[in-house]
Amino acid sequence: MIRDPKDLKRYEPAERANHWVVGISFILLALSGLAFFHPAFYPLTQLFGGPVWTRILHPYLGVLMALSFAALSFRFWHLNKMTPADKAWLGRVGEMVSGDDHNMPEQGKYNGGQKVLFWALIGCMSLIAVSGLLIWRAWFGFDITLVRLGAVVHAAAAAVMIGLIMVHVYAAIWVKGTIRAMWYGTVTRAWAKQHHRGWYRQVTGK
Amino acid sequence: MALQSLDIKQRSATTTPSTQVRQTIEIAKLIDVSACIGCKACQVACSEWNDIRDEVGNCHGVYDNPMDLTAKSWTVMRFTEVEQNDKLEWLIRKDGCMHCADPGCLKACPAPGAIVQYSNGIVDFHQENCIGCGYCVTGCPFNVPRISKEDSKAYKCSLCSDRVAVNQAPACVKACPTGAIQFGSKGDMKDYAAKRVADLQERGYAQAGLYDPQGVGGTHVMYVLHHADKPDLYAGLPANPSISPLVALWKGFAKPLATLALAGVALGSLFHYVTKGPNEVSKETEDEIEREDREKEDAR
Ligand code: HEM
Ligand code: SF4
Ligand code: SF4
Repeated sequence: MIRDPKDLKRYEPAERANHWVVGISFILLALSGLAFFHPAFYPLTQLFGGPVWTRILHPYLGVLMALSFAALSFRFWHLNKMTPADKAWLGRVGEMVSGDDHNMPEQGKYNGGQKVLFWALIGCMSLIAVSGLLIWRAWFGFDITLVRLGAVVHAAAAAVMIGLIMVHVYAAIWVKGTIRAMWYGTVTRAWAKQHHRGWYRQVTGK
Repeated sequence: MALQSLDIKQRSATTTPSTQVRQTIEIAKLIDVSACIGCKACQVACSEWNDIRDEVGNCHGVYDNPMDLTAKSWTVMRFTEVEQNDKLEWLIRKDGCMHCADPGCLKACPAPGAIVQYSNGIVDFHQENCIGCGYCVTGCPFNVPRISKEDSKAYKCSLCSDRVAVNQAPACVKACPTGAIQFGSKGDMKDYAAKRVADLQERGYAQAGLYDPQGVGGTHVMYVLHHADKPDLYAGLPANPSISPLVALWKGFAKPLATLALAGVALGSLFHYVTKGPNEVSKETEDEIEREDREKEDAR
């Protein structure tokens, strides 16, 4: 695809870099975490230099992700406040999913679904980070009931988060012209007009 | 297993059955708390036979030494002073792994084959498969496993599985000078315990009894207690131990379901794409933008 100088800037280089740090650490965390989640996934430990290395590395990757995720969420926090238009959009999400987005209410930089995802991810990440520290035996020795609770919460919140990210990644693949926003930070004007008309008006003044 | 006497009945993080065909005899160790004099010969024998030498610690002003189980002290004597029936009683309990029939450690362990249960009932840690995550500590209702600071592997009493495999009693049993530790088939140990309990009851301990907690399916280390109604007196021996509901939830049916749900999301996405097609920018919108561009060009 030839890049057009009239393309609209959606993300700054620092935002993209931050997102990729979060994305890479998440994939490594999901693969290493799943290895302990169920025996069916144990062979994934081979990707990290064996089972002991997987156990050692996972929590440090977790700290990296928690910090970079916190930075990313501060960057996007104010853009994800819910509005009545978002609620209207969510009420008709069925039409969107079935492939007909012609009558969807006008959306700003993010649509209602993206905002719900944003807040759900913040909830999951907070639970995962706190519970991850509770079960990190190499450094901590919390009360046994807290550790047991941590184990349940960590596994449950991680499973939910992996599911949410699968939806997030699929949405980016499904909506053509989206992934380039994370590569070089721009989208075409037609893409913006169709998917985020409010934002399109705001940045083009039309 | 090379040794028939060590047939593996259950193996951590393994979803297919282990050897089920042969049934070896179920063994048990019986600790008669009422006959223990607290000499710690068993602690020494354990250290000798298993070639583990814990650090020489400090005196804490009590008889307990070391103060707790460690990766190198697989059994410790716990001393408690209590008042029962207006008399001071000095209770001494030999603490260590109970070799549960339903072991929480094995259930929690994520590493295949790091924890095994032999068909004779012994629960054994195979350190070469251990990854040092400490889940066994989280799963154990008796607070037994310890992670070594030297090699980050989990250790605990093996019930001298190497000795039992060749028809020898555990080292502690051999060393006990009063016969407070007995070893044999689980059935024989229960019979022996029944005699000791009857004797204690005759001598004024009306609540004497056997500690073989059913919450964990029974154990292969059992106690004869003078106050079987109050196990808690013996340095916090749990009255009704069982695998914590949190651990059962964590390791239960939810995980296979979550795995299926995730597979569903992945497959659902794939089939959404192939049935609905990609969500592309419509020709209409593209034309609109082009028209605007052309109009702007013309205006110049
Ligand atoms: C601050 C962040 C995190 C910390 C401190 C952390 C820590 C831990 C620790 C200590 C374990 C036990 C295994 C080990 O010792 O390596 C674990 C397991 C696990 N982690 Fe994390 N983690 C973090 C983030 C994440 C994230 C973001 C995910 C999501 C993909 C995740 C998924 C898992 C899973 C699925 C398990 C296995 C749970 C089970 O055994 O049921 N973790 N984590
Ligand atoms: S006492 Fe703890 S370590 Fe021993 S078998 Fe039972 S659960 Fe496992
Ligand atoms: S520390 Fe070792 S034995 Fe204990 S649960 Fe983890 S892998 Fe299993």
